[in-house]
Amino acid sequence: MTCAPSSFSVPASYRSLVSVSVFFVCLLAMPYVLPNPYYVSTLTLACINAIIVVGLNLLLGFAGQISLGHAAFYGIAAYATGIATATYGLPMEAGFFIAVGLTGLVALLVGIPTLKLTGHYLAMGTLGFGIIVFIFLNESIELTGGPSGMVGIPRLALFGYEFWSDNAYFYLVSAVLCCILLLSLNLIRSRFGRALKAIHTSEKAAMCMGVDIARYKLAVFVFSALYAGVAGFLYAHYLGFVAPSSFGFHFSVQLIVMVVLGGMASVWGAVAGAIFLTVLPEFLRVFETIEPLIYGSILVLSMMFMPKGLAGGAEMLCRRARRLCGGLRAPAGAPEAGPQSGPESGQENGSTGALPTGQPPDAGAVRGGSNG
Amino acid sequence: MTPVAIMDLSSFLQYLFSGLTVGATYGLTGLGFTIIFNTTGVINFAQGEFVMLGGMLAVAFQALLGLPLPVSVVLAVLGATLTGAVVERLAIRPVRTAPHINLIIITIGVSILIRSLVMLLWDRDTHTLPHFSGTEPITVGGATLMPQSLWILGITALVLVALRAFFSRSIFGKAMLACAHQRKAAWLVGISVEQMVLLSFMISAFVGAVGGVILAPMTMTAFDVGILLGLKGFAACILGGLGNPFGAAAGGLLLGVLESFGAGVISSAYKDAFAFIILLLLLFVRPSGLFGKAEVKRV
Repeated sequence: MTCAPSSFSVPASYRSLVSVSVFFVCLLAMPYVLPNPYYVSTLTLACINAIIVVGLNLLLGFAGQISLGHAAFYGIAAYATGIATATYGLPMEAGFFIAVGLTGLVALLVGIPTLKLTGHYLAMGTLGFGIIVFIFLNESIELTGGPSGMVGIPRLALFGYEFWSDNAYFYLVSAVLCCILLLSLNLIRSRFGRALKAIHTSEKAAMCMGVDIARYKLAVFVFSALYAGVAGFLYAHYLGFVAPSSFGFHFSVQLIVMVVLGGMASVWGAVAGAIFLTVLPEFLRVFETIEPLIYGSILVLSMMFMPKGLAGGAEMLCRRARRLCGGLRAPAGAPEAGPQSGPESGQENGSTGALPTGQPPDAGAVRGGSNG
Repeated sequence: MTPVAIMDLSSFLQYLFSGLTVGATYGLTGLGFTIIFNTTGVINFAQGEFVMLGGMLAVAFQALLGLPLPVSVVLAVLGATLTGAVVERLAIRPVRTAPHINLIIITIGVSILIRSLVMLLWDRDTHTLPHFSGTEPITVGGATLMPQSLWILGITALVLVALRAFFSRSIFGKAMLACAHQRKAAWLVGISVEQMVLLSFMISAFVGAVGGVILAPMTMTAFDVGILLGLKGFAACILGGLGNPFGAAAGGLLLGVLESFGAGVISSAYKDAFAFIILLLLLFVRPSGLFGKAEVKRV
């Protein structure tokens, strides 16, 4: 099963380059399609979230290890760069290396003992870590500003260019997201990615095949924390303000929901889940009081009726569309749905292995039923 | 042990009492987690919401409808139990074959739903319930003890004894244990696993709501208290060893006492962190919890 992707390796990585480029062009077009600065800022936050979720997806979706404390890494990075640049006046570049380096170091130190735990015990371990960091951010007032947060973090300026306009910042975040996507898509098709999937399927079998489980688990944990670190850096310099409430348990859960709603073990699904769940509450603002009610219902209903997430749903739609068109290959259609629905099913056919083979009889039965 | 030695007896007792009181509710919440975990293998993240429902419904019946306190308490617990049944029928049973991570997400969604419904139908304010038998503090060895603490400890003990009897004597309890042990075998000998899952949701909602109702007079209650109580309950059952209901109760008591001493001796600001740090250290030493079987895979 895991051999299949490697045989497609060359065309698959070419495909991912194409799909990421299409996605990037769509993102670049967004400020023209939605000229309202509020939409652009929402999309910027959505892309920042997508960076964390793609990383968490490597850990949760591919390696099958849960982390209920991922918001902590995001918070550590945001505060680290904030303290470095605002309190100590260091340059941004230093802030970046401090933020990402510290996140990686903390992940390494926490990961070594924590990843010995499995299942619900691992969930509890990471949850406990997240809560400890949250309480630390809240209580060490002289360093972090306490519950009211930290203001005056400078707007991002790299190598002399200051990202003052919202659009410029959005382009930067889009570019980072696309780099991260390319990296992740290639990573999951590498030896590393195959080892992760083997660990997910059966740790014992993976161990018997000579996979150093402990090292791979730790590596993917640190790796996903680094993604969150990059996102935290971008977040802090975008808003210019950080408060502990953005990095609590609630956000960790939201990140997991983004992974699962998007579709586990699908890089594009993670992006779709992150964008959907960041943009959705903004639309629900209209309904004010019933917003959480609608949010909760969408969560429950989509899990009940679309258990493989948005990626699974889009894949099924694509397959049906393809059959209706008589085997015509559906290219990336509408610019907005394209990158999320079109290329992704092609990617995932190659990478998930087990999922597509389980699908066709199902979809066939549904179609047969509709014909009859 | 040095901080305890330095501490005088009265403050030692004071920390112990308050720790045991809060710990009992953590224990009851943790108990609810393990009951559902045993029959379904799922951590029900809406467990804290059952605790919140117990307290909030009692306040609603008592303050809004003007019912006497005992009646409101009983109705509140029944209401929460019914909610547990409804949650199982509507949200869990239709997807019982789904992967565990999906079921966990569903319970997170359900907890958001319950929370926002309570907020909509009632309000965002904090409320309090009258103490069951007055607020005249009792003095024991220089420490003060509220009568409500005795209620909390007494009722928790009662619930534990009743559950123990239920699991060891009644046919339903034995059937539930059978499901917990081996679902397929239980099904083969004619136990309706579906009914047992329904029952487990009702019992855990019941136990959680009892915890919420008895705690409400001591601490304020509001629509969002379920999150933290749920987390502490989860910590309690992990501390005790997942799958062992009485370990969860003991874990809850221990967590409450640790928290109380941590707050008193070290710093009240880091109270919650203190409990979780101890929990993490314990997990690293004993990855299956205090009373759990050591069969958890350690790689």
